[in-house]
Amino acid sequence: MSQATQQETVREDGVIQSVSGPVVTARDLDARMNDVVYVGNEGLMGEVIEIEGDLTTIQVYEETSGVGPSEPVENTGEPLTVDLGPGLLDSIYDGVQRPLDVLEEKMNSPYLDRGVDAPGIEMDKKWEFVPTVEEGDTVEAGDVLGTVPETVTIEHKVLVPPTSEGGDVASIEAGEFTVEEAIVELDTGEEITMHQEWPVREARPSETKMTPREPLVSGQRILDGLFPIAKGGTAAIPGPFGSGKTVTQHQLAKYADADIIVYVGCGERGNEMTEVIEDFPELEDPTTGNPLMARTSLIANTSNMPVAARESCIYTGITIAEYYRDMGYDVALMADSTSRWAEAMREISSRLEEMPGEEGYPAYLSARLSEFYERAGYFENINGTEGSVSAIGAVSPPGGDFSEPVTQNTLRIVKTFWALDADLAERRHFPAINWSESYSLYRNQLDPWFVENVRDDWPEERQWAVDILDEEDELQEIVQLVGKDALPEDQQLTLEVARYLREAYLQQNAFHPTDTYCPPEKTYLILTAIHTLNDEAKKALDAGVPVEEIIAIEAAPRLNRIGVQEDYVEYIEDLKAEITEQLRELY
Amino acid sequence: MKEYQTITEISGPLVFAEVDEPIGYDEIVEIETPQGETKRGQVLESSEGLVAIQVFEGTSGIDRNASVKFLGETLKMPVTEDLLGRVLDGSGQPIDGGPEIVPEERHDIVGAAINPYSREYPEEFIQTGVSAIDGMNTLVRGQKLPIFSASGLPHNDLALQIARQATVPEDNKQGDSEDSEFAVIFGAMGITAEEANEFMEDFERTGALERSVVFMNLADDPAVERTVTPRLALTTAEYLAFEKDYHVLVILTDMTNYCEALREIGAAREEVPGRRGYPGYMYTDLAQLYERAGRIEGRDGSVTQIPILTMPGDDDTHPIPDLTGYITEGQIYIDRALNSQGVQPPINPLPSLSRLMDDGIGEGLTREDHADVSDQMYAAYAEGEDLRDLVNIVGREALSERDNIYLDFAERFEEEFVDQGFDTDRTIDETLDIGWNLLSMFPKSELNRVDEELIEKYYHEDETEEAVEAEA
Repeated sequence: MSQATQQETVREDGVIQSVSGPVVTARDLDARMNDVVYVGNEGLMGEVIEIEGDLTTIQVYEETSGVGPSEPVENTGEPLTVDLGPGLLDSIYDGVQRPLDVLEEKMNSPYLDRGVDAPGIEMDKKWEFVPTVEEGDTVEAGDVLGTVPETVTIEHKVLVPPTSEGGDVASIEAGEFTVEEAIVELDTGEEITMHQEWPVREARPSETKMTPREPLVSGQRILDGLFPIAKGGTAAIPGPFGSGKTVTQHQLAKYADADIIVYVGCGERGNEMTEVIEDFPELEDPTTGNPLMARTSLIANTSNMPVAARESCIYTGITIAEYYRDMGYDVALMADSTSRWAEAMREISSRLEEMPGEEGYPAYLSARLSEFYERAGYFENINGTEGSVSAIGAVSPPGGDFSEPVTQNTLRIVKTFWALDADLAERRHFPAINWSESYSLYRNQLDPWFVENVRDDWPEERQWAVDILDEEDELQEIVQLVGKDALPEDQQLTLEVARYLREAYLQQNAFHPTDTYCPPEKTYLILTAIHTLNDEAKKALDAGVPVEEIIAIEAAPRLNRIGVQEDYVEYIEDLKAEITEQLRELY
Repeated sequence: MKEYQTITEISGPLVFAEVDEPIGYDEIVEIETPQGETKRGQVLESSEGLVAIQVFEGTSGIDRNASVKFLGETLKMPVTEDLLGRVLDGSGQPIDGGPEIVPEERHDIVGAAINPYSREYPEEFIQTGVSAIDGMNTLVRGQKLPIFSASGLPHNDLALQIARQATVPEDNKQGDSEDSEFAVIFGAMGITAEEANEFMEDFERTGALERSVVFMNLADDPAVERTVTPRLALTTAEYLAFEKDYHVLVILTDMTNYCEALREIGAAREEVPGRRGYPGYMYTDLAQLYERAGRIEGRDGSVTQIPILTMPGDDDTHPIPDLTGYITEGQIYIDRALNSQGVQPPINPLPSLSRLMDDGIGEGLTREDHADVSDQMYAAYAEGEDLRDLVNIVGREALSERDNIYLDFAERFEEEFVDQGFDTDRTIDETLDIGWNLLSMFPKSELNRVDEELIEKYYHEDETEEAVEAEA
């Protein structure tokens, strides 16, 4: 959270009237809605959420034990903002953008203490600034002034703040600067630094929203192959506990071909965030080979951290994402989990004694969810570049019941739905994404990309797989009643082919070094291998070979090993030839 | 410190009193009844002139003339290494007749959140000696792994078995943990005196009491006290782990009673209820307990939690198991059907899960084949289970040879792998070897989740023949 401006803007102070958990009411406080205030003798950070008469209600982002009436409340006069500038990547924040590593140092304790604040980016670090405009050039809001090598992967673009009037560049200089030193002076007298602030609850401006036409390639077969998400698209991953929401989110954060990843751990487990902190600096970015952390910004507000900061962490995340979008980057934001965010809203709302909507959630739940997802998209930025924010939200429905309000309200907005299934998880079918319930509305608009960049018949192959899986669904119902042997031979064969689709194509081992990432070409080739088995087996069947013999060919089980092959092209070629040969030998 | 005789309302576990000075939220209160009894409570809401107090020991006996004293601090737990071997009541007072506890430090019982940046990722395997856990749902140090049970099931026996047998195998110990000792913290909330005796007798019989601290809130103790008991237990655990380098195993039973107490307080405060009447903040509240498990970088000790909860009506979508499952790192299911078959411990591996397993197993940690074996057995047992439904309809003869092997596997898996008895302590090698005995029933081509090299190394050729013969 920004500290730079708070001193000069302090306004009227008030006193605490009552305290109940994270909700504090103050008397005589002159404040606007959503102003940030410092509460009590320890100066705990909070935000104004209700004003009634001379009483102001504040949600406090820290523990309130021991805070009592008559302690002071100080208004900063500023809404909740994030600090933007170089240094956002390769860092880890809490829900109000306090860097957790700095907090550890300042508090000198592994526990999170109260009343300690720190700016979101390092204020005294020097960055190497390289101008891209010259003196005399005319610049407008959003224009790129120069670049800073932020990490090995990402070149940070220094932008004219969106609020600036613009003007002619009066002076600009290359060299080392801190984020607070002016790097550019305009003829209007405006000085521009690398440091910007932006209120989290407000979307950064853009020119227009465009139709996304490029997939966010994830390296996960079932996602890329069957239910792709676009760069700038939105997706929801609902599922009961233990079905693999977090692993799916982690896989996306690791392998999605976005330039920047913003990972928001919202009300989830501490150990999970630690895993990300420990793993990401060591893992390689599949596109650049650099450490993954170099393109990642983490926001960790675990379940035991204050609930009000959980409410704000989603906004902090999306604002950072928009900032990089403005530079022309493709950003992917993962929010795990949006249900915890909704629950934080519910908790605050119930402390305010608001009239509850469905299942105790506030009536504005659906509005907040759509506001959030609408900040995603493929944009033309105000400086003319194109950038995108893809938003992928995990949902944790109570009891795994998708009819609950958070899932339902999310589904009304997002265009990709990856339904996790406890049943699949129980049999260790991972990723446990249910192929008959899930959908992607981007399929058609992304097909041209796959046709152009992978293979011509990508859509047809996919349709073939979908048809087989649908047919299996129907056949399984019959099998449950009469057993497999009662089916006609060609249907028994379909079941066998569908089994390979499930085991060799849909399943993917996130913990295997090779199988964890599957390029689209491999995704396509695996499908063609299974298709070959299907076609050749059909021919054999037509030639009168009994289905038992067809199923028993030695080469078929090797389909299940394609995933772990590094030299998959050759392996698949060999396998197809072998399957064909072994089947043709039968007749 | 002022005393007030200004109680205006008494309702359930809550007392409202007028005050003329500011009182801090969460502060501790002492209420003295006219009979001279002292009860402790905590400030739930503080506004100018009026505070709401939640009384731990129940409000009976309090009247308008009772005196209310605010102690000016939040609830603290006196901690010292001497607590080991002691038995305390649900609010931390000794009940074993032993000497008074001389605290070394006093810690706030509402533990501050551990900075995720300061945590160390748990990946040190704990051998519980229970195959269904070690082999299929491995527990690691610093994990929180609850037992999902229900009334009438032997969850306590399993908890005791784990407490008794849990070790870190010698050759896996990392350098820094050599000297760390093992301690058990037992936090009982609303369990019956009989259950409590069962635990105490076992602790005494095995000598485990010496390295344990026991907190007892029994079924007839005040319900509100239950909201404090786990916090006292966890504060003690954190102290022993992170300041005295112990590896602490915390057993909390029964979390269902804890949640009932939360609901009771919520109802008394006339809060807007969430699902099934439980407060809307129950997720946050439970997280503040469960998240106190873990490891901290630079500290040798660890806090591992095994909370036990009984699912009302065996329903795991009930808010208590549901919210718990979303916070904890997996769960162990006790299964009623397996229990009635006489399987001990009746753990059903299919819905059970350990999220931290993948990083705690494998070469150098347990054994190279661990992940593949467990994966394959999961898939095979799940398929066997499916086929059981089918057999009921079409009979075994209608099934293919392949299906019959899966059925046999499911049978033998329960009998040989899961059913080991509450007194058998198996090493991880024994567990995995039994796994291979069972997997070798299948032809090699069916073992599609096991690496081919591992199949060559561990597969028993003869088992398949036996199976085929048995079939014939």
